[in-house]
Amino acid sequence: MSAVTSQDARPVRSHAGINPTVLGIEIRRLIRNRRTLIFALILPVVLFLFVGTNKSYANLNAAGVVGQHTPAHANVSAYLLVSMALYGAALATTAGGAMVSIERAQGWSRQLRITPLSPTAYILIKTMVAMVLGLCSVLAVFIVGKLTGVPHMLPGFTYLWFVAAACVWIGALVFAALGLFIGYLLPSENVMQFLGLVMAAISFAGGLFYPLNQAAPVLRDIAKWTPMYGLNQLVHAPLLGGTVDLMWVVNAVAWFAIFVAGAVYLFRRDTARV
Amino acid sequence: MSVHSGTRVGTNAIDLVDLHKNFKEVRAVRGMTLSIAPGEIVALLGPNGAGKTTTIDMILGLSQPSAGSVSVYGTQPRQAIDSGRVSAVLQTGGLLKDLTVEETARYTASLFATPRPVEEVLERAGISGIADRRVGKASGGEQQRLRFAMALLPDPDLLILDEPTTGMDVEGRRGFWSAIRQDAERGRTVLFATHYLEEADAYADRIILLRHGVVVADGTSAEVKALAAGRTVRATLPDADEAELSAIPGAENVEIRGDSVIIHANDSDAVARYLLNSTPARDLEIVARALEDAFIALTSDHADQTVSSQVGGSR
Repeated sequence: MSAVTSQDARPVRSHAGINPTVLGIEIRRLIRNRRTLIFALILPVVLFLFVGTNKSYANLNAAGVVGQHTPAHANVSAYLLVSMALYGAALATTAGGAMVSIERAQGWSRQLRITPLSPTAYILIKTMVAMVLGLCSVLAVFIVGKLTGVPHMLPGFTYLWFVAAACVWIGALVFAALGLFIGYLLPSENVMQFLGLVMAAISFAGGLFYPLNQAAPVLRDIAKWTPMYGLNQLVHAPLLGGTVDLMWVVNAVAWFAIFVAGAVYLFRRDTARV
Repeated sequence: MSVHSGTRVGTNAIDLVDLHKNFKEVRAVRGMTLSIAPGEIVALLGPNGAGKTTTIDMILGLSQPSAGSVSVYGTQPRQAIDSGRVSAVLQTGGLLKDLTVEETARYTASLFATPRPVEEVLERAGISGIADRRVGKASGGEQQRLRFAMALLPDPDLLILDEPTTGMDVEGRRGFWSAIRQDAERGRTVLFATHYLEEADAYADRIILLRHGVVVADGTSAEVKALAAGRTVRATLPDADEAELSAIPGAENVEIRGDSVIIHANDSDAVARYLLNSTPARDLEIVARALEDAFIALTSDHADQTVSSQVGGSR
């Protein structure tokens, strides 16, 4: 009984969960998951090596890809490198966010609810982990790509490597939200197989895999409404040195808002029900 | 039975007051009022669908009551969880297969302000030998011990176990309970749900029997066993008078089926003597009611409310 009465005032850990132990274990889980690593790191690197390292791209200005009249600050290879980095980061962050699906299926999120971890902190951890995986993907593509020696920026624009990488990484937040949304929508262990197809589809639709200016007008019109479109334009904008269309920003922000709203709605329904 | 007389509201480990929980049409819990004092080891016994898990979910704050109130050490369930005063071993699931046993415990420990050391709880749950094993590769019994270890991390005053041995073999079940029993000797309050009568009998000081979301019996295991110890007297007796038979000392429940009378009795000898001496009853037989039968009798749809009120009313 003394054990009971002496503990009347127990401390509560503030910000429980957002601590180095949890983040460390979460990152170890990512590294152990071979399928996620293949999706997030190896696939985009290999894609770039296939499509982006053609020697003829070394001396072609990236302006040609999008039919821009003023010369860009990078060659075609560098343009494709950024494309593949965005694809990889999007896959990585979606996979990271979608981990909630597996954790719900295994009952882990219910188990966590009998600990001091708040559901909001849980979502923040999942987002942070997704963004770490996204960062690894971006770094893998940029470092391996640069090592091939084919992609390059024009003299005086070397800093654009960092700008582009940062844009890709931050932009991938949109897809971390998509992953969380789908993760709450589909409580399945195989959600990533489904998401792999979804990502390929929206990447095509958004013009990430081929130049939209060569597409049929109807496809170009459709593209503007898809989630990859705005980001695809925005992450390449620094390289191209052209103007930024407000509609690109609107597209990216709107899709981000939709995914966040969807995730928040389902997450609230989930915590009320369990 | 007067353990609680004189204790102030709020000092109990658990206070449930007129608790209700409805899931659309289904009334899973319908008016449950009970208190559990610190140090008690209580079994929540009942068949599937009796409302055990629903009640536990509300005590843990995993779901909200439709009506009534729950307090845990005088506070809201969520507060009791946050401060680590209450922890639980839930039913199967709830573990990540790709983590190791040790990582799972370390992850959970990091969420509490002042957790017990991970090595200590693994040791006490008897799984320190498999600390580096992946959870997915651990047996059902080992996984359950891991859930138990996780529940020990905050050094809770109240430990709740929801059907903790479901799916375990006899050996695993015995090992699990001996770990719980050892732990409870330190004065921890334990509430466990089970549909195994033997478990409730062997490990609880007090048994709360549930049926259709209400308490049908509440007493020490000896008292509930006394209910179970009754016998059934069956005889052929045309034109039996139910009121007369019910008045026989020692008769609990009278059932008339055509020419047969079936009397559940706590004193079957007295009932048999009366039937043979004072009525034209013949073909008399006396059948002992097994523990299991009593459980079924008390928790089945045909159970008589008056049976339960005899013990249930004493708290």
